[in-house]
Amino acid sequence: MSFADFLFWIVALWTGLSAVMVVVTQNIVRAALWLLFTLAGTAGLFFLLGADFVGAVQLLVYVGGILILLVFGVMLTAQGPFVNLRAGAGEWAVSIVVGLLLLGLLVSAFLMTDWRFLPAQPPDPAHSRYVNDLGLALLGSRDATPPGTLPGAPGPEPAERSRVAYLLPFEIVSVHLLVVLIGAAYLARARRRRGART
Amino acid sequence: MDFDAWPVIRAVVASLLLVTLAAGSAIIFIWMERKVAGRIQDRLGPTRVGGKFGWLQTIADGIKLIAKEDIIPAHADQLLFRISPYIAFVGVLLSFLVLPFGREIVGLPMNIAAFFMLSVLSTEVFGIILAGYGSGSKWSLFGGMREAAQMVSYEVPRALCVVIPVIAAGTLDLQLIAQQQAGFFWNWLIFHDPFQFLTFWVFFTVATAGCKRAPFDLAEAESELVAGFHTEYSGFRWCLFFMAEYGAMFAASALAVTLFLGGWHTGLFPADFMPGDFQTPLGILASILSVIVLIAKSWILVFVMMWIRWTLPRLRIDQVMMMCLKYLVPISCALLLLASLLPLTWNTLRLPGLRFRNPPAVPALPARQQNPAQETGHYTAALGPSFREHQPDLTGGEPHELR
Repeated sequence: MSFADFLFWIVALWTGLSAVMVVVTQNIVRAALWLLFTLAGTAGLFFLLGADFVGAVQLLVYVGGILILLVFGVMLTAQGPFVNLRAGAGEWAVSIVVGLLLLGLLVSAFLMTDWRFLPAQPPDPAHSRYVNDLGLALLGSRDATPPGTLPGAPGPEPAERSRVAYLLPFEIVSVHLLVVLIGAAYLARARRRRGART
Repeated sequence: MDFDAWPVIRAVVASLLLVTLAAGSAIIFIWMERKVAGRIQDRLGPTRVGGKFGWLQTIADGIKLIAKEDIIPAHADQLLFRISPYIAFVGVLLSFLVLPFGREIVGLPMNIAAFFMLSVLSTEVFGIILAGYGSGSKWSLFGGMREAAQMVSYEVPRALCVVIPVIAAGTLDLQLIAQQQAGFFWNWLIFHDPFQFLTFWVFFTVATAGCKRAPFDLAEAESELVAGFHTEYSGFRWCLFFMAEYGAMFAASALAVTLFLGGWHTGLFPADFMPGDFQTPLGILASILSVIVLIAKSWILVFVMMWIRWTLPRLRIDQVMMMCLKYLVPISCALLLLASLLPLTWNTLRLPGLRFRNPPAVPALPARQQNPAQETGHYTAALGPSFREHQPDLTGGEPHELR
């Protein structure tokens, strides 16, 4: 077992443990704390794999954005000092069914994958550390499809796609987000009643 | 276990050095803060402990703090209360990892160092919000809420202001950005074009707010909230919050220095004077000098933050939010737009006078030998020859000269 494997097991076990704790914790802010460990652990796994950019995005978006908004929302809306969640029987049933379905999906994907064709060697840091490839692929000036056969991909040749394959969806999503933001700001703006004193 | 022990030892030594830097600079900063505050308020500050200037005042305070009883209020959420100082401190410490202190002197060389710093500095806030929430006290809750609202807003202009020098440098790697600013100080990115110059001041304002320093220290606001988010803390946990705050000040200042103020370069000698390799005695000396230069520059910016704190009155929370959302965000958006348009128009229209060119040549990274012109070739050819001219060097390798 190499040192990277050792680190992987530590981080993976800690991530899995925290993920279980997110589910079993009833206090919502404590669950957010465990979620922090889960997300940071996932980011750690990305860093171990040499995917620095994805790991940093994970930290920025989830830890720096979503978790803070979650706790902020709880602080703004909570009636009592600490909020506890109590799930009803129906919610338990639904969540168990959904969870089992997801587990089945993941396990079947795991079993159906032919693991022999995956590259066994650790990622080449000289190649994976460079985010420029990602940027150039997003702009469409370079094809970032990995070489060779991928498990699950149809056919030996990479699928044909246009050069701006990522740029257009990215722009559409950006405009969509902007629309949502403006809509939220419009709905949440302070309404001044006519005739009310300011 | 058949692993090479050397990288592990190297990692341990590097982490210990970084922790020492973060904690040690906090000790000096607290002493400095007292002296600065004293002088600005026409007092002397600490004078007795440790001789003439009160050098050892912080050490004495630190011993006092460690010896203090660690009180956890009965109404607090035990887990959150205990763990949040560590989250705040770890977030700051992680940002030291990618900070380049000199050529090849960096904890973890990373291609996206600037982005990584932004993302881990946002983790620090989470510790503070958890502390505010977990203390089970109204003052702390208000402090935590203010901090959350403030940070979620101020992250936007901070990220935008980091992007502007990154556009000029063409890379997110802080080491490469600093190497591009070698030579005399007019090579620094702050003097690259007028918009970079303005961006520096916006970035510094936003960074001051990001470290929740006065006039933006609404999370603490002693006059209204007792001590804000750390009202209930005592002893070593309180100490950790302060180490995190001063560490964040240092990290933000060092980021500003690396992005705008030439990194570890003095700006007075050409870069060749400081080769910074570890083979010759001169190279080792130059490396040590570069570490000292970067730390000294960052300390000067930290001093400016202290100067601001003890000079300006605290804003109200609505003023803080208004300043960010109504002024700083639009200003940084406009600067981003202008800073991207300026070289584009200037080079396309072939205007006289200024010639925007890529920053001075950077030694190519050994791992990457491809030709940048070849990579972007088919794309730039479609846009015509004029586009190729100001195509920025996206690959971080050798920039091709622009006419």
